[in-house]
Amino acid sequence: MTDNGNGATPPSGGLRLRGLEKAYGSVRAVAGIDLECNAGGTCSLLGPSGCGKTTTLRLIAGLERPDAGEIVVGGRVVSGNGRFVPAEERRIGMVFQDYALFPHMDVAGNVGYGLGRKPDPGRVREALELVGLAGSQKRPVHELSGGQQQRVALARALAPTPDLVLLDEPFSNLDASLRDRLRQEVSQILRTAGVTALFVTHDQEEAMSIAETVAVMREGRVEQAGTPEAVYLRPRTRWMATFLGDMEVLPGEACDGRCHCELGSLPTGSDIAGDVDVLVRPESVAFGVSGPATAAPAQVITRRFFGHDQLVGLQLASGQVVSSRRLGYPAWHPGDHVQVWIDGPAEVLPRENGAASEPNVAVGHDDDVA
Amino acid sequence: MAATSAGAARRRSPAHRLFGVRRPPLVLLGLGLVAGFAAALPALYLIVAVAGDARTAVDAVLTQRTLGLVVRSAGLAAAVTAAAIAIAVPIAWLTVRSDLPGRRMWATLATLPLVIPSYIGAYLFVSALGPKGLLQDLLAPLGVERLPPIYGFFGAWLVLTLFTYPLVLIPLRAALRRMDPALEEAARVMGRSPTEVFRSIVLPQLLPAIGAGAVLVALYALSDFGAVSLLRFNSFTRDIYIAYTSGFGRTEAAALGMVLVLIMLALFAVYGRVRGARALHRTSPGTQRPTAPVKLGRWRWPAIAFCGSVVGLALVLPVGVLLYWATKQVSTGMQLSALATDAGHSLIAAAAAAGFAAVAAVVIALLAVRFPSPATHVIERIGYAGYALPGIVIALALAFFTTRFALPLYQSFAILVFALAIHYLPLAVSPVGSSLVQVPPRLEEAARSLGRSPIAVLRTITTPLVASGVLGGTALVFLHALKELPATLVLAPIEFNTLATDVWHRTTEGAFEQSAIPALLLLLIAAPPLYLLNARGSVGS
Repeated sequence: MTDNGNGATPPSGGLRLRGLEKAYGSVRAVAGIDLECNAGGTCSLLGPSGCGKTTTLRLIAGLERPDAGEIVVGGRVVSGNGRFVPAEERRIGMVFQDYALFPHMDVAGNVGYGLGRKPDPGRVREALELVGLAGSQKRPVHELSGGQQQRVALARALAPTPDLVLLDEPFSNLDASLRDRLRQEVSQILRTAGVTALFVTHDQEEAMSIAETVAVMREGRVEQAGTPEAVYLRPRTRWMATFLGDMEVLPGEACDGRCHCELGSLPTGSDIAGDVDVLVRPESVAFGVSGPATAAPAQVITRRFFGHDQLVGLQLASGQVVSSRRLGYPAWHPGDHVQVWIDGPAEVLPRENGAASEPNVAVGHDDDVA
Repeated sequence: MAATSAGAARRRSPAHRLFGVRRPPLVLLGLGLVAGFAAALPALYLIVAVAGDARTAVDAVLTQRTLGLVVRSAGLAAAVTAAAIAIAVPIAWLTVRSDLPGRRMWATLATLPLVIPSYIGAYLFVSALGPKGLLQDLLAPLGVERLPPIYGFFGAWLVLTLFTYPLVLIPLRAALRRMDPALEEAARVMGRSPTEVFRSIVLPQLLPAIGAGAVLVALYALSDFGAVSLLRFNSFTRDIYIAYTSGFGRTEAAALGMVLVLIMLALFAVYGRVRGARALHRTSPGTQRPTAPVKLGRWRWPAIAFCGSVVGLALVLPVGVLLYWATKQVSTGMQLSALATDAGHSLIAAAAAAGFAAVAAVVIALLAVRFPSPATHVIERIGYAGYALPGIVIALALAFFTTRFALPLYQSFAILVFALAIHYLPLAVSPVGSSLVQVPPRLEEAARSLGRSPIAVLRTITTPLVASGVLGGTALVFLHALKELPATLVLAPIEFNTLATDVWHRTTEGAFEQSAIPALLLLLIAAPPLYLLNARGSVGS
């Protein structure tokens, strides 16, 4: 058992995964993962259900034994090279999806559970203050609201001052309005505690809004990792692009560092050549009654109004339809003739043969399985 | 994801097919196999005995007499079931949906007869209404020489009905309370009359509960030994007992037992379907509003009279008669020491059986809940075999088994405890299983991730959370074993009398007064806790 009763916060040392693998029978749930989380940072593991993200979390926590690979937490190898530190000796806190609060204990009993047989009431109070539940020590856990249970679970995970906190879909059981508020609160609490945190989610917005590093998983592998801006604006594959949000795909042709498509010409930033896909987010598709010289003519065919913004469907001369996300004002109407151009980042990727543009269709189909 | 991996595993090796991806520890699996084999032993031996002498068995079964037995037993079960429903439906409706004065009291009183063992109920009816009984004593000065006979079909039907109708009442009341009143309101709004609403909305929702309760009553009536024997109604159980005690015709007894078990298994299949159907009718509790009770008006008087006469016949009369005999016995003096010995026997046998059943139930439930796989599922199913085997059949199978393969065990304390433990094992398996389900592995994982060793987790998380289920299950087995009659009659060592066999022997000898004290003692020890445990919903689950 670790002695965490002193209350002093040791510097967290981050998390590193190298070639992590885990198979259940013939299903490779985790098929070689490399991941780096900076000390004190918040990292999110994002992916469709069944991509292996929860398994990864359980491997890090020591609840499952990996088949191969290395896990380093706070500079200490906890798994790999024949070493396997059991869950209880890893100094890793975990917040479960359903919170897993002990129903036969009160709030203080839950929060103090990781502090040894005689938990220091001062440390329990500190942990509860951190999550904004000071004075709730004696309350039975079943009397708490969903948001409060969530915070008790977080306080329980943080009380022993772990090197790393893992959060498994921590907000999925909350209703939408509460979820948004708690996301901000929790990320603030984690930052105040100065602890390295890794959380698993299937919600793109959530992953990007609270983490400094986003790792997108697909079929047991990390498809791409980086800052939220990088993975959103510079997707390395078409699947990535469409998984993280709406994406317009235009055929183009590249040569000599430039690429030509119906919306004009743009630099590729690489020596890519031949048939390419130009990926552009709807918010980077600009249009107006008049535009720059390179703009393409188009006609408004649909419009959906969301209050803060509007999504306008534009049909180009070739017949292809692209969407543009603009502010809610001014209103456009089907039939309006406009000029369209790209105003913002665009990614140029080699053409994928017959690629379906809907990534969600790919969920659950395992290319790895024979 | 876990589902897909398990699915993939199932397609692979035979070992994976049997034991799943997460293999249970060998010690646990070994214990589970032992428990499963023990629970299956009576049924297995029955099959072996019948198969070993198939010609005699077939001859014994294919007779006019067997047909008569089937008709009589099925007839009794059907009549008891019908009467139980006829009593339970009005009481359930009155105590849940009407403004019947004192409806909570009526509900409690009306479920209490369940805890009176059928043989005690039968004893009290025989002693009250039979020849040389209470009523005849009272009427003798008036020149009444003979009473209409209590023995036979009528007596068995009356006694079994009065002590089993709560098996329908309890699930029915629960279903009525669970029913979403919004459904009825919706039907009313759509222009249906109250009667039509009852027929088209209420009744279909209650049928699964009535059906489940009815099957339990039928099973009880089929497997009951004490009441039918004391009331001399020749049903399967009594015939098996007579065939057994007559010393010859063992194969015959086994063959008859097998026929009875097959009938009960068929009923069990029905029960499983009915219970499954009930799950479909569950509504989310969040949407429920309390229903306004139906005003009875002047119908309240017949309603009270109905509830009153049921409670009077099933509870007040038996308890009153019992107290009458008991005071009479006390005033004439009795042998306290013999009674104490018998009570001691009852307690020790029941406690030992409860202990063994609890250990077996924990093993079986752990395997079934934590390591679900076809193999552990089979072990769990076998754990429930005791439900489908009447006590008399278990007793006779074990008596045959011991005389043939383990003579020193025949009529020994060990085999008695063994029989009681496997008979009531299902009563322990189901609460232990449901308490384990309430401790998801996630809680233990959370505890371990907080730095506690597996042993500490077992001590601080798993044990406190499972304890109430294990204790409840153990208590149920103890209380049922305490009042068990047929297996104790057949398997207990000679001179090893329990309170139950005491009541039996004295009643069959017509010594009604002397039966009173042991019967009262049994009720005092077993009834209150049994009532509380049953009220918590442990019955028939």
